[in-house]
Order: sequence, then structure tokens, then C-alpha cells
Amino acid sequence: MIELKATRNFVSAPLPMALAACELRALPSVPITSLAPYPGHTDALRKALGGFPEAGEVISLGNLRLVWAGRDLAFAFGEGLPDSLDAHCALTDQSDGWIGLELHGKGSEALLARRLPFDLRKLPAQGAARTLLGHLPVLVVRPGPETFEVWVWRSMACSALHALVPV
Amino acid sequence: MRRRDTGGSALNRARKLGFSFDGQNLQGVEGDTLASALLANGVRLVGRSFKYHRPRGVLTAGSEEPNALLEVRRDGVYHPNIRATVQELHMGLQARAQNCWPSVRRDVMAVNDLMSPFLSAGFYYKTFMWPRAFWEGLYEPLIRRAAGLGHLPQAPQDAPHEKAFAFCDLLVIGAGPAGLMAAVVAARAGADVILCEQDPQLGGRLLSETGQIDDMAGAEWAARVVSELQEMPNVRLLARTSIVGAYDGGVYGALERVALHMAAPGRTPRECFWRITAKRAILASGALERPIAHPDNDRPGVMLLGAVASYWQRFAVDPGRVIVFGNNDHALATAKALAVNGMDIRAYIDPRADLATDAPFAVHSGAEVTGTRGRHGLREVTMRHKGRETTIAADTLAVSGGWNPSLHLTCHMNGRPVWDETIAAFKPRAGMVPGMEAVGAAAGQFSTAQALQTGARAAANALTDLGLHTPDQPMPKAEDAPYTIAPLWQVRAKGRAWLDFANDVTTKDVTQAAREGFASVEHMKRYTTQGMAPDQGKSSNMSALAVLADATGGTIAGTGTTTFRPPFVPVSIAALGAGGYGTGFAPERFITSDAQTRKMGAPMIEAGLWYRPSYFPRPDDRDWRDACNRETLRVRHAVGVCDVSTLGKIDVQGADAARFLDFVYTNTMSGLKPGRVRYGLMLREDGHVMDDGTCARLSDEHFLITTTTAAAGEVMRHLDFVQQAFCADWALRLISVTEAWAQFAIAGPLADEVLGHVLGDVPDLPFMGCLSVAVGGVNARLFRISFSGERGYELAVPARYGAELFRQLLALAEGLGGGAYGMEALNVLRIEKGFVTHAEIDGRVTAFDLGLGGMVSAKKDCIGKAASQREGLLGPERLQLVGLRPVDPLAEITAGAHLYPLDAPAKAVHGQGHTKSVCYSPSLQSWLGLALVQNGRARHGERLRLDDGLRGKRVEVEISRPVFFDPDGGRMRD
Repeated sequence: MIELKATRNFVSAPLPMALAACELRALPSVPITSLAPYPGHTDALRKALGGFPEAGEVISLGNLRLVWAGRDLAFAFGEGLPDSLDAHCALTDQSDGWIGLELHGKGSEALLARRLPFDLRKLPAQGAARTLLGHLPVLVVRPGPETFEVWVWRSMACSALHALVPV
Repeated sequence: MRRRDTGGSALNRARKLGFSFDGQNLQGVEGDTLASALLANGVRLVGRSFKYHRPRGVLTAGSEEPNALLEVRRDGVYHPNIRATVQELHMGLQARAQNCWPSVRRDVMAVNDLMSPFLSAGFYYKTFMWPRAFWEGLYEPLIRRAAGLGHLPQAPQDAPHEKAFAFCDLLVIGAGPAGLMAAVVAARAGADVILCEQDPQLGGRLLSETGQIDDMAGAEWAARVVSELQEMPNVRLLARTSIVGAYDGGVYGALERVALHMAAPGRTPRECFWRITAKRAILASGALERPIAHPDNDRPGVMLLGAVASYWQRFAVDPGRVIVFGNNDHALATAKALAVNGMDIRAYIDPRADLATDAPFAVHSGAEVTGTRGRHGLREVTMRHKGRETTIAADTLAVSGGWNPSLHLTCHMNGRPVWDETIAAFKPRAGMVPGMEAVGAAAGQFSTAQALQTGARAAANALTDLGLHTPDQPMPKAEDAPYTIAPLWQVRAKGRAWLDFANDVTTKDVTQAAREGFASVEHMKRYTTQGMAPDQGKSSNMSALAVLADATGGTIAGTGTTTFRPPFVPVSIAALGAGGYGTGFAPERFITSDAQTRKMGAPMIEAGLWYRPSYFPRPDDRDWRDACNRETLRVRHAVGVCDVSTLGKIDVQGADAARFLDFVYTNTMSGLKPGRVRYGLMLREDGHVMDDGTCARLSDEHFLITTTTAAAGEVMRHLDFVQQAFCADWALRLISVTEAWAQFAIAGPLADEVLGHVLGDVPDLPFMGCLSVAVGGVNARLFRISFSGERGYELAVPARYGAELFRQLLALAEGLGGGAYGMEALNVLRIEKGFVTHAEIDGRVTAFDLGLGGMVSAKKDCIGKAASQREGLLGPERLQLVGLRPVDPLAEITAGAHLYPLDAPAKAVHGQGHTKSVCYSPSLQSWLGLALVQNGRARHGERLRLDDGLRGKRVEVEISRPVFFDPDGGRMRD
């Protein structure tokens, strides 16, 4: 039997890098599980988990961060999901499907807002939005006032970087 | 003309800027536009007109300029049609005149001017009609060479440009008195405001005029408001930014000139194209002054009065001896103010009778300008007064035919403006663009007091709409002079009078168009090219339609305007397409084996945005086909490895998952046992095949389906739609897992040996079976499926392990005499087996056409089933999938070629079908093809002629079953 080593770096550019007064870095890989409650099961799932994000919301449950990721969909970042959730929702492992880029620092809101077709200033801390970065479908999360995470499909990480770094 | 010793509010005289025009070294100062710098250097002749190559000078001081279009060097190449009135001067700027040869002063094409009687409206349409044979060979090349102003750079331009989004409560368009007032009222109330101004300086006409606001100079009031706005966190000021279009949903396009004024911009974007979404908008774009069409009104030195004032006040350009030709009170007031300021105004000419004459210059009431003289620039003006013509020496003729509200944006959603007799102009109606209100001069309110009042009122209206309270604030005091005007569109006198300076359209052209039946304003425009130049007729359309109304005996209101369309000012393609240069054109998706694949020298091809290897070359290969043959034979005789991660993978879960898959696939998936895989076909609603792929049942309520690479997005969208629209209450969830897994095909007689090394042993997995396995402790999925026709597997691991798994699979396969195979070999293998791809599933074929009609289950319904059974979609009239083999096996056949009976000519009426995919099969040592042939399944054994007219190929071929290799499938099944 063979042994497999993981590749961590899917971005061609050297990160972290400075962008104006901000820093852009690749986020460490973290287990990501999609949770899609079946019709009528959202409340039961919320109870089983201790919470479930409303549209545009991010909630923390212990080591887990639950990020709204679309219609009837949340991504759980981190480990520690209880077992037997599958009665209430469909679960898939998305850990390897997404790459996270973090933009942090003074002016990060204004810098990123230019790139996104929604009013980023209205995204509260602990907010999440599905949107487009150039042509790329992305999940934007705002963990704090001057910190933004842009989650993009792994295969498109290089294109995401091109779209983020001004011309 | 020359620079005055003092004055010039826009200038920083301390900083001198050297620049050149047509090779002549000149000097301007910081704050100059190219136009003001040229005028200050006494350069009046700046270009030649489009058709007659007439000498032309600067007409305006704004973005509406029709004449002063120059070529300016940027990033190493000359860019054409740059408005000298907009281009800011920078150190080392190089400009040259366009549309002239050998020089702007001595232009040989000026001979056209002598031929003007033959070049009037409709010249092209009348002249180039006959003889017909001359069109392609003679006329078209001639017209192409003569057409256009300036020369486009021929090399691709890669200077950086940017696109950006912005959102606000209130967008204020224009920073004159009305716009500044609106912005400050809204901002003080807490609204989130964006204020755009196309000039580098905010203040609009207050910068060019001498009037007072609240006991201070208008320009000072503007400066105070601007500094207040700059301090407010809820205000964004965008100078050098033109709003170019109004679109649905409160979206406005804007062009910001970010670095075009910089001598060495480096990587700073040259321009930024903004998409601004505003809940409310206030249009404070001011008004455009219009010329009067008098004979020889196109001579350098004939300018608009407002422009002369602006160059005087802002840029300290002394126009020399000035004659003013106006027809409105504003013109007379401006002339007086300028004279008080020291301008040498020799006379004021106005067609209106009995004007008060308290001016410090001669005022000629009831008079008109009937001509001008001066070869390369104005020397004298002829005036008709009381039936007598007098000639007055002058350097500048400043004309004011009144003002047109700059209402273009209000018409971008097809609203039509209304004619207002009192100002002799069109003005906007309310509600032409939802959420936008026009104020000040843009709304036909021409006094400064009216501008301030309407600006403040519109801001209050917007604040109410936004749910914000408008605080009480005092209204600044300003002049409120009435605006009276006696319209004068054209002077009736001998000689040509220009309307559209840029396109060389005269009053005679317009009247001739009317006479020849092109009496509608839209027809006249197209017949004469009036308003179709880069300036889009900003200073000429109004006069042209007035002349047309006169010629047809109609009213101006009845004649109406042409359609105002975006963009309001020219927008470079580089700005519109910012970010789309080179690899920015589309996202690039990289497989996990990308680095290794490129290291092996594989040329990559794009499919569904993914980059996949075509083939893996070796130094001794003669061409790509050597590599392709080698890879194909490896798979047939040893083992090949191929990255198939790009296929779409959709995870389907839930108690109703099987029911859902039965609904979207033509065949039955509910009967599939866990651990088994089935080939499936999906139809569009119209009954044609959408995509094919596999469906694996991982457990009772958990399926994993695959799509083709290129159709992954389309299938995901289709399934989301079906789920949300038709079965939203089913216990069912779908999500793409394409990106999460790296998947590799291991195919060939030695596939089991590779797999044995990878997994420790070879699991007992039947053909079309699937299994969870572990690869070195990593959870993986194993499928025994084959797209090559060989015994084979697909092994999927989490994407982070993809690169490493590929490297190890490759090493194992190479150790067994195999290796990697690319798309070319994959294509050969599948054609040999008659497996279809989107080359065959071209959007027009049905399951019946592909010979897969049996896969449309008779026992259940599915999406597209009813439509697929319509008359005309089943039967001998259909083009059906067949195999093709050339009678001479080594005769090359081509994809896209048409098929005809052996003795029939290559005419559409004899067409029997066409080839979809071809390959050379090294295993069968023959060319093979898949084709769609009319009633093809009933014609196996028949011979046709393959005729490829494009590549000049004619080959006799025989129709066969589409499966060439291992027809009973024993190699992959056993």
C-alpha cells in the first residue's frame, strides 16, 4: 500500500502579501462540512446542534463555526460535529473543495468592497455572503470589522488571487 | 491668444510642464488641460475635420468637444480621438494632430473641401451603388482607408485598468452649484453620498463665472462646500469621473480617469469603470452651450462663449480681440463681466432688437454674423446689421446660441424629454429614470439661485424617500437673473454653415436630407451622419433638429430628438474590459496534477474552464500523433493513468433522492443497489439530450452522480431548478463535490496490478461497482467504470492528496510499461468504443438519435420524456449515430465533413449527414469516425462520400455500427 502526502499550497503567488495597508494570506486548511437541512428539519437540526445560522449569519458553537452558505445550507468549519445529524440534514465533506484567503487590516473593507457586487459595508461582523469575485462564485465571511475571508473553489484559487490583487 | 500674466484659478504657475504638439516643444503649467495649454501657446489650429479636412480649433472647454480630438501618446503608443479639453497636461505629454497629412497646416486631403458640392449628404449611398463589381475591389478599401479619425494602436494594450463597484444612498451627478448644494444638504442629514464630477476640480460653472454666493465669489463658496464634504465620513467625492449610463435598478456606469493625467503612472490603473448602485440619484449635470450655424462658423478661433470665459477665468488664456455673437441675456451678461475683468471685447452682436447698451463695448442689436475669414485661424468677422455688411478684425468669435440642459442620462431608459419654449430647449420630465431627479441647469433652471434651490429641494425629496430627516438650513443667496432668449439656429446667408463639426454636417446637408425624403429626425441623422461622431452631437443635435423642423415646416417639439444612448462620454474598451486581459478573460481551473503534468511538457487544453493535458510528448516524437498512439496502445496493452477530476460530481442525499434521480434521468436509478453504478442520460425539457454520466449509489439514501466536464455547471443548475421548482418539499439535498475530490482513471489489462500496489490488495469489485477504500489511511472511493473499454477503475481521494496520488500512480504504471494518457488518447479510446461526448451530444440530438432510445424508461416519467416523443424526433428522417470507416483505412477523414451519396454533388440537398468525431486508431490501424447520418442505423454497410470542402478532402467511407473495438465489451466487463 502507498502512503499519501497532502499538498497544502494551491496558490501560485507568494502569500502572505501586502495589499495597500492590508495583508492577504492563505487560511490554514480546516475541516469543512456542509449541512443542508431537509425540508421541515431545520428546527430539529438547530436543536441537535445548539444553533443554526440564519441567512447571512455566522455563529460559533464551541470549536465549530457555522457559516450560512446559501439557501438551506451552512458550512461547519472545524471539528466536533455531533453524530447522527444525518436524520435532519445532508452532510458532505467540503474540506478539500474550498481555499480560504484572508484580507486583514486598515482599509480592508474599502479595498474588498470595490471588487464585490454587493454593499460590503452592510455586512456586519460575523456576517457571511455568497457573491461573485469577478467571474468566481465565492463565500465571503467577516469575522471582525477589518478582517474578511474569501472562500473560493480550490481549482480557482489562482484566479481568485488575480481578481483580488488590484491590476 | 496668449497666457495672461495673472489669474487662472486652475493653474499652479510655479510648476512648468514641457509638452509637445506635432513635434513642436511647448510649455504649459500644472492645472492646464491640453487645450488650454495649446491656446496659451497661441496654437489655434489643432486638427482637420473628418470629411472636408477643414482646419479646426478648440470649440469648448468640456467633455462635449467635437473639434479638438488629438492623438496622445500613452504607454508608448499614440491613442486617437483624445479630447484636448479633457486631457490634463502632464510633464512630457506628446500630442499630434490627426486626420491630416503631411501636417495639420499643409494637409493634402484638404482638396476634399473643393469637392464639397459632390460630397454632400447621402454621397456614399448614391455613389458607391454601381457598378456592383466595384464594391469589394475598389469602394470598400477606399472608404475604409478614408474612414475614421485617427489611427488605432495596432498592438494589444496591456496598461492596467480597473473595474469597481460602489453603493450609496444618493448619487449626485455633477458638482456645480446645484450638485454641491444637493450633496451637502443630503450629507448633513446623514445620507451616504457619492458626488461625481467629470472635471478634476469641483465647482462646475462657479469656477468659470464671476457671480457671488452669500457675499463671496462663487468659486470660494464651492471650495468651502467641497472642504466640508471632504471632512464627512459619509461622503465620497469622485473627481475626474463621468457618469456614462443609467441602468435598471438604480445602477449607474461611471468612468474615472485615474492616471491619465500622470506623466509616469506605473501600475496605477489608467481608468476605472465603476458600477454604482444608488437608492436615489440627483442629476446636476448642468447645460451645454450651443453654437449658431452661421457661414464659416467652423474656423479656428470661433469658440463658445462659455468656453472663452472658462479659459479666461480658470486657465488665464487671453483670447485677444473678441467679438461676441449671442442671442440671450446670459451671453450679454457674460460679455459684460468679462469686459469688466479686462477682456478685450470689441463688439457684441445679437439678432434681438433694442438691447440696452450700458456695456463697455459696442452692442449691435438686430445684427447677425454672416461670415468669417482667416486661413488657419480667425482674422475677421463679417456682420450684417440693418441690411449692411461690415467686417471687424478679431482673434476670437465667442458664440452663444443658448443652453441645452445636459439631460442625456434621463433618456437612457427610453424616456423622451419635453420642449420648453421659454428656454428654447428640451428639458427632462419627472420620472424618466426611476429614482433620479434633475436639478439646476440640467432641469432648465439657469440662474445660480435656482440651481441652489432645486438642488436643496431634490436632496430633501431624496432624504424623505430614504427615511431621513432634512435639517433646516439657510439657502445661500445668489443671482437670480431671468434667462431670456430669442432662438437663432441658423443665419440665412451665403456660404456653408456647420452643425456637426466632428462629422462635417452643414445646414445644407440637413435641408437636403429633408428634401430627399429623410424627414424624420432618426432618418436625417443616419443619412447625414449628424451626431454620429465621437462627441455624439452634444453641441449640434439640437440645432440640427431645429434646422430640420424648419426645412419640413414642422415644430421642434413635433420633430423630437434622436435617441440618447449610453455612454455619455467615450469609454475605452480597456476600461469596460478591465481585468479581462490575457488570463483574466475567464477563470482558470487547475487540476491537482497540474504542476506534474506541465513538468512533463504536456500542452494543456481548456474544457469547462479546466486545463487538461492533450498528450505527454517525448523528444523523439515526430508529432502529437506519435504521443497519442503510444498512450492509446499503453492503455490497450498495459495500463494508463488519466486525471478525470474535472468531471462534475454531485452529491445527492435524502429519502427522496432515488425518486428524484428517476425524475431527472431517463433510466431508472431507484432500482440500483448500494455499491453499484449505472450509466445515465439526462434530457432537457425539450426532449433533447442534455448530458450523460454515471450514477453511483453509495448507500440507500446517498448517491454520487457525475457529469461531463463541460456541462457540469449546466447540469447543477438544471438539478437545482428541478428541485426548487418541482419538488421543493421532497427530502432531498444536492451539492457539488467536484472540487473536493481528485479522481484518476487507471485503465488497461494491468490496472489491477497498479491498484494492488495502491491499496495493498485488489478488492473484488464487479464491473459497474463502487466501494469505499483506504489509500494509506486516507478515505477514498473506488469505482469500476471504464471510458476506454478496458478493465479499469477510477480512484477518488480528497483533493489535497491528488498531486501525490497522481505521481505514485504514474510511477507504478510506468514500471509496468504504461504511463499517463491525455485527452487525445482518451478521445481515441472512446471513439474506438463508440462512447459519446458533447461532440455527439451537440444539443440537437435525442436519445433515439444516439441509439439510446431504449434508455428512456417506458415505466416512468422523466424530464423531457414527453417532448422527446414528439413527431419528427423519432424515425428514419432523423440523423442517427453511426460509425464510419474509410474504405482505404489509411485515408484520413475529418470531423465536421459532410456526407453525400457517392455520385451526388456536394450540395445541401444531397446531404446525408456529417461527421462529429474522428481519430486514427493504432489498435485497428484505421481511421475511424462517429457521424450522424440520416436513417443511419438502417444503412450499415452502405458507402458514402465524405466531402470536406474546407480542407479539400474527399474520401469514400462505409457506414458501420459505432462500436469498432471489442464490440461485446468483454475486455472491460470480465
